[in-house]
Amino acid sequence: MLNISGVNKVFNAGTVNEKIALNNVRLQVKSGEFITVIGSNGAGKSTLMNIISGGMLPDSGTVTIDGKNVTRLGEHQRANLIGRVFQDPMAGTAPNMTIEENLAIALARGKKRTLGFGVNNQKRELFREQLKLLDQGLENRLKTKVGFLSGGQRQALSLLMATFTEPKILLLDEHTAALDPKRAQLIVDLTEKIVERHKLTTIMVTHNMDQALNMGNRLLMLHDGGIILDIPDEKKRTMKAQDLLKAFEAARGGEAFSEDRFLLT
Amino acid sequence: MNLALMGAIEQGLLFGILALGVYLTFRILNVPDLTVDGSFALGGAMAAKMIIDGYNPFVATAAAFVVGCLAGAFTGVLHTKGKVNALLAGILTMIALYSINLRIMGKANLPLLREDTLFTYTKDLGIPNLVVGGITWLTGAAMVFIVGILILKLIIDWFLHTDLGLDLRATGDNPKMIRSFGVNTDSTTIIGLALSNGLVAVSGAWLAQYQGFADVGMGIGMIVIGLASVIVGEVLFGSSSIFRVTLAVIGGSIVYRLVIALALQAGLNPSDLKLITALIVIVALTVPTIAKGIFKKQAVRTVKGGSDRA
Repeated sequence: MLNISGVNKVFNAGTVNEKIALNNVRLQVKSGEFITVIGSNGAGKSTLMNIISGGMLPDSGTVTIDGKNVTRLGEHQRANLIGRVFQDPMAGTAPNMTIEENLAIALARGKKRTLGFGVNNQKRELFREQLKLLDQGLENRLKTKVGFLSGGQRQALSLLMATFTEPKILLLDEHTAALDPKRAQLIVDLTEKIVERHKLTTIMVTHNMDQALNMGNRLLMLHDGGIILDIPDEKKRTMKAQDLLKAFEAARGGEAFSEDRFLLT
Repeated sequence: MNLALMGAIEQGLLFGILALGVYLTFRILNVPDLTVDGSFALGGAMAAKMIIDGYNPFVATAAAFVVGCLAGAFTGVLHTKGKVNALLAGILTMIALYSINLRIMGKANLPLLREDTLFTYTKDLGIPNLVVGGITWLTGAAMVFIVGILILKLIIDWFLHTDLGLDLRATGDNPKMIRSFGVNTDSTTIIGLALSNGLVAVSGAWLAQYQGFADVGMGIGMIVIGLASVIVGEVLFGSSSIFRVTLAVIGGSIVYRLVIALALQAGLNPSDLKLITALIVIVALTVPTIAKGIFKKQAVRTVKGGSDRA
């Protein structure tokens, strides 16, 4: 479904601030795989997500989605293939527009925009049906501006907007990190439900080791711009957070895992 | 009502088109666009020149819309593709248009004496003034203007609810989000700027026909007048929905004209008008912020010193 080969990305090349964000990254994702990605700050997680989404273009290498070479396509040109939920609950929705208007934009993903009404009764029916699945009572608030919703509700809506058109790839960028534990759990449950229903090929970045182990069916660990661990489903099921730390140390030749955020979560 | 105030209502209505244009960029796209000063005069110049050349005033006004759109699109391309700061891009187009407007007109002032214009057509309709209880409330012309601008308002309302319109609004609201749904924000920005300046040019074309001449300086300060109308309208009439806010913006334009008319009647010099306009905008922009600050302080005081009053 997704094929990344030999991708390099360097920031501030040729200056003292040169930073190799991705170093010859190679990744093959099969249809229906749900990959969780962990790694310390600066490991290249965000860059990897941006390379897939088209928010950044790689310096070299190729990105193929569903057999289509998208390496040089900008974000909006490949948006019909990709659904994305950001960390910031404010990022995935337009606050001054209503719930139904936001959903209408999501529904038109990758399609030619016309001068037909963005929202009509037929679409409204579809939106209500979809919103019911979130279990947030949003189906009765179609005309509420999204800015009035709580962070958790906005993130649930973002998740719905990113998925209900069934994209080829779903990118989740620490999408529960900004929420309190209760709401984070709600979004985690929703994510599993939605990914399961549409059999979505998913890549989820997280800072939470338990989340990385409990969710999905493959785990990647990034470090210094490369994938240092690729753990398949069978092995992942048996692992605990401590095993993951040990595996990291083994892979790095004894270097201790220095990321407080992981241990705290 | 006296003659000056009725004139103010007529003017408020035709400057309402300008205000709707400014609303599209300033509020919907969230881009401050200074092209307006140039495109307003461009609309006036284009319409006046074509009417003098014998074209139908409707055709001339439509042509003003088209060239206004082109001017806005130029600013949009400068801003999005050329990565020029939005304010600077607008100023550059505005300055360029000054020379272009002089070229179009051939001289600094084009009178429309004895020409058929949209305004003479309006008068020819012979609609009587609205008189209730011996007081003239609206002139016949104003009533035609009201119908015209309401139709325009409804078209804009409709447009902002189409798929394309939703994209335009989201571009101003959350560009990152709308890009992730496959919309090229460069295109939506250019479209928005084009439509906005098209409306502004129509407003200029109307004013030229209304006052009977086009002048190369007629656009000066129009952006501030447009902003004043938008802000005053939103403060006075609310902005809870698109339908309401487009109406509020037109209302703001009328209120602004009435305030100016009253200021003149109170004995102020016409040369003071720009100063008054700037003051209105400053007051409308800062008073809500200051008021909020005062209320916050009061709230804190009541919490802290709650026992004082008890």
